[in-house]
Parts: sequence; C-alpha cells; structure tokens
Amino acid sequence: MDLVAVLALEVLFAIASLALISAGLAVIFGMMRVVNLAHGEFLMLGGYAAIIATNSGINIWISMLIVAPLVVAAIGVIVERLLIRFLYGRMVDTMLATWGLSLFFIGLVTTIFGNTTRGISSPLGGATVGDYKIGLYKLFIIGVTVVLLAAVYLVLRRTKLGLIARGTMQNANMASALGISPDKVYAITFAIGAGLSGLAGALLAPLTGIVPTIGIAYIAKSFITVIGGGAAILTGTISASTLFGTINQLVTFQSSPVFGEVALLVAAVILLRLLPQGITGRFFRRSM
Amino acid sequence: MRLDADNIGLIVAAVGGLALLFGLPLVVELFTLLQFTVYIVMAILALSLALIWGFGGILCFGQAVFFGLGAYAYTIAVFNIGESTVPVLLSIVVPAAFAAALGYFMFYGRLSDVYMGVVTLVVTLIFFSFMNHTAGEEYRIGASRLGGFNGIPAIPPINMPGDPGRVLWPEEMYYVAMGSLTAIYIGLRLLLRSHFGRVIVAIRENETRAELLGYDVRLHKLLIFSIGGAIAGLAGCLFANWNAFVDPTVFGLGQTAQIIIWVIVGGLGTLIGPVIGAMLLQYITTWLGTVEVANSSLVMGAILVVFVLLVPRGLVPTLQLLWQKLRGGRSDPGIVATPREAVESGDD
Amino acid sequence: MKFNRREFLQTGAAAAAAGAVLPHAAQAADEIVVSQIHDQSGIFDIYGNPMVETFNMAVDEINAAGGLLGKKLKSINYDPQSKMELYGQYAQQSALKDRVSVVHGGITSASREVIRPVLRRYNTLYFYNTLYEGGVCDRNTFCTGTTPAQTVEKLVPYVTKNFGKKVYILAADYNYGQITAKWVTKFVRDNGGEVVETEFFPLDVTNFGPTIQKIQAAKPDAIVSALVGGAHLSFYRQWHAGGMKNEIPIASTTFGGGNEHIVLTEEEGNGIIYACGYFMELDTPDSKAYVARFAKKYGEKHSYLTELPTATYEGMMLWAKAVENAGTTDRMKVIEALEDNLSIDGPSGKVSVDPKTHHVVRTALIAECHNKGFRLLESHENQFPSDTAAFCDLEKNPNDNTHYEIKI
Repeated sequence: MDLVAVLALEVLFAIASLALISAGLAVIFGMMRVVNLAHGEFLMLGGYAAIIATNSGINIWISMLIVAPLVVAAIGVIVERLLIRFLYGRMVDTMLATWGLSLFFIGLVTTIFGNTTRGISSPLGGATVGDYKIGLYKLFIIGVTVVLLAAVYLVLRRTKLGLIARGTMQNANMASALGISPDKVYAITFAIGAGLSGLAGALLAPLTGIVPTIGIAYIAKSFITVIGGGAAILTGTISASTLFGTINQLVTFQSSPVFGEVALLVAAVILLRLLPQGITGRFFRRSM
Repeated sequence: MRLDADNIGLIVAAVGGLALLFGLPLVVELFTLLQFTVYIVMAILALSLALIWGFGGILCFGQAVFFGLGAYAYTIAVFNIGESTVPVLLSIVVPAAFAAALGYFMFYGRLSDVYMGVVTLVVTLIFFSFMNHTAGEEYRIGASRLGGFNGIPAIPPINMPGDPGRVLWPEEMYYVAMGSLTAIYIGLRLLLRSHFGRVIVAIRENETRAELLGYDVRLHKLLIFSIGGAIAGLAGCLFANWNAFVDPTVFGLGQTAQIIIWVIVGGLGTLIGPVIGAMLLQYITTWLGTVEVANSSLVMGAILVVFVLLVPRGLVPTLQLLWQKLRGGRSDPGIVATPREAVESGDD
Repeated sequence: MKFNRREFLQTGAAAAAAGAVLPHAAQAADEIVVSQIHDQSGIFDIYGNPMVETFNMAVDEINAAGGLLGKKLKSINYDPQSKMELYGQYAQQSALKDRVSVVHGGITSASREVIRPVLRRYNTLYFYNTLYEGGVCDRNTFCTGTTPAQTVEKLVPYVTKNFGKKVYILAADYNYGQITAKWVTKFVRDNGGEVVETEFFPLDVTNFGPTIQKIQAAKPDAIVSALVGGAHLSFYRQWHAGGMKNEIPIASTTFGGGNEHIVLTEEEGNGIIYACGYFMELDTPDSKAYVARFAKKYGEKHSYLTELPTATYEGMMLWAKAVENAGTTDRMKVIEALEDNLSIDGPSGKVSVDPKTHHVVRTALIAECHNKGFRLLESHENQFPSDTAAFCDLEKNPNDNTHYEIKI
C-alpha cells in the first residue's frame, strides 16, 4: 500500500516534470511555429542562473522562482531581436539558426563557467510514508507545475495580453491592421516561452546534474511531448505529459530505465500514427 | 542528347567526379586521401537527405537511422559471413526495407510535415536507446556482439568480391567511395529528370494537385524514401569500413541534426549543395579540433548563426542568384528566389 | 603464434603507400614530436581538459629538464570534440602526417578502440591513460589506468566489513559498468555477502526516482555505484533529496572521476567511499609537489586532479624514461625498454609496467568524500592488474591483438 502511494507520487512527478520542461517549447512552437532546437539550452541556462544566484548569496527560492526565469527571458528577448525575428515563416532556417545557437550556448557556458560548477542541493527534506522516504521537493515541483499551467491558462484566456497574443498568432495582418504591433507580440511571446524554460531548468537543477551539455537530455522528450499533444498548447501538453509520463515511469519501475524510455518513444510513434494531428487534433478540440 | 544547361551540368559533374577519382591519389599523400574518404562518405549521406527532403519534400529528422542501420548491418553480417559482398548488399537492402516499412507506416497513415519529422526522430532515438543498452553478453547476432555504448571495434574491411583474403587498401577504399559518390550523384540527376522524378517534384509542390491528376502520392513518396534510405545505408557501410568501428552515436541526435545542417547550409532543393555543405562543415569541424583557439562548440555555433543571417538560402542557391545578377539576364531575382524554384528550373 | 593475413596485408599496404607518397614537412632535427587526443569540448570535456593540462605539464617539465636525448619535445594537441569519427581522423593524422613518436589519448573505451587499431596498423606507439574495464592485449599499446581488479578487490571488503553484507549495485550501462558489476558481485560473494540487485543505467538517464524506491524496498546494507557522467550525478542529488543520504552508505569506483564531489554539495557528497588510483589530497611528498607545480602552472583555481590526468602525467613520464633508457625514440626499442619492468615514482606512488599485459602495477586508494575533497582511509601498494593478466601474456604471444572480455 505504501508502495502504491509512493509510486503514484513518482508517476505524478514524472508527469509534472515532462509538462514543466515542455511548457516553454509549447508556447514558442505552438504559438509561433518556431522549431527551437536551442530549447534544451534555455533549460540549461535557467539551471545555471539559479545556481550562480544561489551561490552568490541570494535566497534559493528567489533564485529559482524569480531570478532564473527573468534572466532566461531576457536572453530570449535578445535572441529574438538579434536572430529569430529575421527568420519568421522560414522554419528550415530557424532550425539551423537555433541549432547553431544551441552549440553556441554550450560553448559559451563552458568557456565562462568551465564544466564543473558547484551545484545546489534540494531545499526541502524528506518525509516518511510507511516504510518509504519521499522527497518533499518533488511534491513542491508538482505543485509549482499545477500553478504554472493554471497561470498560463488565465493569462491566455482572461487577459488582454492573452487575447492579443492569440489574435496575432491566428492572423498577424489582421492584428496589425487593428493597431497591434505583431513584432512586439512575437518578442513578448518568445520571452515568455524562454522564461518558462528558464524556470523549469532552475526547478530541476537541484535534482539533476548541471553541466553545459545537459540540454541534450531534455530536447527530444520535450519535442515529442509538444508534438504529441497537438495544436492546443495547454491541453495538449498536459494530456501528452500524462500519457507519456505514466507509461515511462511504470515501465521503468517494472523493468529498467531503457525500456521505460523505449516504451515512451514507442507510445509516441503509435499515438501519432493513430492521431496524426496529436491528441488535441482529435480530442478536446475546442480547448487551448 | 541536347547540349542544354542541364546536360552540361551533368557532363561537368561526371568529368569532375572522374578527375577527382583518378587524379587525387596521384597528388596527395595517404593521410589526405584518408581524410577525403570520410568527407566523401558524409557527402553521400548528405545526398540521401537532399533527395528525400529537397525533392521529395519529406522532412526526415531521422536520416541517421538508415545510416546507422547500414553501418550495423554491414558489421554484423561481415562478422558472420566473413566475405564482404553480401554484407555490402545487406547494408543497402536492410535500410531500404526499413525505410519502406517506416514509409508505409507514415505515408499511408497520412502523417504530415512536422509530425513526420517527429516520428522519424523518435524512431532514431529508439534505436539509439536500444543499441546503447546492448552491452550485455546476451545481445549478440551470430558471431557478432552488439557491444552497446562501447560499439563494435575491428570491423573487417571490404574485400575483392569472392576473395576474403584480399581486402581493399586505403586507396582502393577511396576509389570505392568517390566512385559511389559520382555514380549516385549522376544517377539521382537522371532519376530526377525522368518521369518518376518529375512526379516526385510535382507532389512536393502540391500534393492534392498531383493526386487529382491521378498519381499515387503515397507510393511515390514511399519509393523515394526507400531510395534515400538505401543511399544512407551505403554511406553507413562505407563509414563503418573507414573507421573499422561503429557505435550507437551513428543513431544519435547529433548525427541526425548534422545531416540536416549539411543540407540546409549547402542549399535545400539542390543536389550539389548538400555535397559541398557536408564536405565544408566536416572540414571545419576537423580543423577546429586541431587549433586551440576557443571552445569548438562556441565557434561552430557562431558560424552557423552568422551563416543563416548572411546566406539564408544556402550556399549553392545564393551563388546561383549572384551569377544570375552578374549576367544581368533576368532582372527579377524573385525568379530564382527560393531553392524550390531553382529545382524547377532544373539547374543546380 | 597467430598470423593474420588480413592484418599483414593492411600493414604492408599502408607501409607501401606511406613510402610512396611525398614526404611531408620534415620534422626539425632537434625536435621529438608527440601528440595527444583528448576531448576538450562536447560531453567528455570534463575528463579531457585536465588530461590535456597534465600532459602539457609533463611535456614542459621534460623540456625544462633539458628535453629527451638532447632534443626538445613538441606536443600536438587534438580535440576530437567527443566525436568518434574525429578520433579516427586525428589518429591517422598523428601517425601518417605528423609521424609522432607516441600518441597519448582516448577517454572512453570506444574511443580507444577507434585509435588503437589505427596506430597499430601504422606502427605508432600508443598510451591509454584512463581507468577502464581491462582486457586490452596489444604490444603496441600501454594502459596506465586502474582496472576493476585493482580497485574493486579492496573496495568490497571495506564495504562488507564496515557496512554489512547485503549490497545493491548501480552501474552505467556499458562495458565498464557491466564488467565492474561482475567484479563487485564476485568479491561480495568471496567476502561472504550477497548482491540483492544489479541495475544498469544508460548514460543519459537523469530520473532515478523509481530506482530509489526499489532500493528502499530491497533494504540493502550498502550501495556500490559505478555510475558515470553528468546525467548520473542526478542519482546522488535525488538520493539526498529523497532523504536517503544518511540511511544507506554508498561506495564507488567512479565517484570523483568526473568531479562529482565538486559539483555536488557537501551534504550530498560527504561520506561516499571512493576507490581509485589517485585523488588530489593524497598526502605524500610526490603528490603534494605535483599538485603545487600544477597550481603554479594553471593558477589557484585549477582543475581537480583525479586519476585520469594523473595517469596521463605518469604515462608521459613512463614513456620519457623508456626513451632515455632506450637511447632512441624508435618504437620497438622503446617498447622493449618499457617491458624491462620499467617503473617511476609518480604522484600516486610507484608505477611499474607489467611486461606481460602492458598494464601497470600501481597503488589503490580507498578514500572518503569530505567537503568537496577526499580523505584517505586505506592505501594498498603494488596492485597487480590480475584481471587482464588472466588472459593476456604478451611475452608468450607478442602478436596478440585482442580486447579480451573479462569473464568471471
């Protein structure tokens, strides 16, 4: 019984972390159709921002929840202004550019910080569930993910900014004719996507090793989640994370991490074969 | 044969290829020849994606899967058989058959653009994860251990057909590679000029229109995808030969992204562009590792980013555009503005 | 003697070809050229960079002491960027273009198996200076790192004596991990213990949640880890985050090799037991002098010196001494000089070449991670590479060219 509870927690955590690492990409790809191959590096930069801030004396919660997203969002704005904005509508070129960007960030971070950076350990301790110990920090991450997704929903649904953003993505010319600058909207959207990735990277930093090349571990999984989810950013990400996270974690527990990984990938292939437009191409079609 | 621009291009390619084939070993030392061999192998790999993406319009994020399958098929077969003729054939047939199966799954499932990209990427990653996991002794095919992350070393090289004791020398491997590249390039040019090739391009331009004209879009895509798989498989076989080693990184994300980058840098929608792109970028990568200026990733990343901004269409289409402008023939650059149109005008 | 026709043909072909081509830029007569192939970028740079630094330090020290045979050493550094095809290319370049006297390099076993045949084919001496699973048997190759028999044999008794007899093994899913796990299993049984479970992890796994639950269910007395690389650091993180840190002790042959002890915080790392050939806090005069020279060359914030860079330094010094003894850089003469039980006093203690296996007899250390460094618990001198020696005898079979799979 304890084992079931603990296992359920692990599954929830796997779902939350998938949703977390995919959220930023979902915003950037889902709203702007930019295939951002440097997504993993945004996560990595978030991790570094949190670590550097914490190690230089800033409170760990402030570092993770405020400093990291802001820093990465700022980097996102710079990248968008200097590079991405020249490439809208040219998916192939953005792929090349963002792949270059990803190598560039890896090289830059290695050059500045070296490849050995003192990490941060997770702030909350453990709790006991029957015979088992669980990390409270994992519960915290699950909570943050729920809050974050709710916030994205509210911003898109209830605020003027969200309305403008959705409008611009649907028809940039029309939005422009109505007096909205698409340029500005794109920049802000990209910054929000980058910021979300930064936050995710920072939150996961105390649970993973932080090295300049860590982004590679995230990029494929987040892409599969976002594409598997389909057109609706939020519902898609949540439903795909739930499906893939559950499969991955249960198979891993039953056999080994390799088969967990393979099961996730096979599930993705089958899913896309059955639902070529992703989950939200068939279900929850009116959601967002 | 009429002597139009297209035929002249073909003749130039044939003469140039043959000149390099027989001329280079006379003027360079063994080491340079060995380096050249691997660049040529990568160029063949680039051609495979140039065909299916640039002309077939199939965004394949998983070209590495066919490359890797070719390498592993050759390796496993040659350890079991000992004579290399059948293994070389297998290295072409196995990836082609796999491409056909995967293509059937995708094209007959009506997957479109980016979803197809993700499926191919995922398939690559499945192979990568699985092959990495085969370190244990239980993973063996006949006489060949799969080796997992450590890979399979000491792969026997190709021999003269029928005579396992007479293995090819490094120079002969160069002849094989360069000969393959020339033959594949010319073959693809001819293929694209054929009726089949024109239908393929028509499908890329407008799938619905081609379908309404009565062409079986799915079958055509399947065929072009399999041909691409076969070429990539041959490249994998040559690569395993050159390095006498294969490991799961042939299926890796880095490998698969690299192929896409060669094609984009050289020019999507051309054949010669990706060949140049592959050779150029491989040369730069090798060179970066010999000069200790800065972190290699940093420099390579900066080169790619600057490249996208300055040469957005890729090398070959941009050069074509410049050439047109210099000749002042067609004043409207829009005519050759996109690689796709460059394809239609038939000169690359 | 096994006479392999295929190999003979290749060697003959290469020699003929090398003789036929134009001579490259001739080496200056007063220089001896050597090369190193270590990753300075990409995922293995964490191991490669310190190796490059100690290699350069060794070259500089040899030159400062007057060079070798009256000539200066010139070192060529190649960065294969963690890519296998570049290992092949640079090995060819070293052998055919630079015509170096020796190549030091390779980090993973995969990279070694790319370099080794190339250098053997083109008659260029090769040193591999990384701890690995053992089993390479090739007269052209010298391996100076520790193999599992040297470290695990001492680590396991320490674990069973101090922690208990139920052991849970976690290992990276490749040859090193698989073979180390077998040695751990063997020694645990020899010491009267039992292995409750062995789990292997691909090198890119970062989620250890299910494993940590499984370990709790199995309730072992100790964990033996052969986890490797940046992603596997996550295990130690998540172990601590799950509140398990002080519940079950961990011992390892790899913890520290990739600077794990520096990346992890004190509370995450302290108390983990590490068996290795060298760590930087080792308190012997040779070790202290070596670290001081390194600090002088690379500044106070220099890389942490683990077994890998130190074996690289010692490998270079072994080669240099062999050249001095042989009076030439000729490959066969240097090999014979090395086979003459050559030994040096390196930072890690006495290092001597075993002529039968071309591996080294060296000191094994058991240490405990403490505040981002290690402190010594036990030191065992003259550990013999008995794993490789069980298969490999180059005195009897000088033409052997096999990477033996160690079977236990």
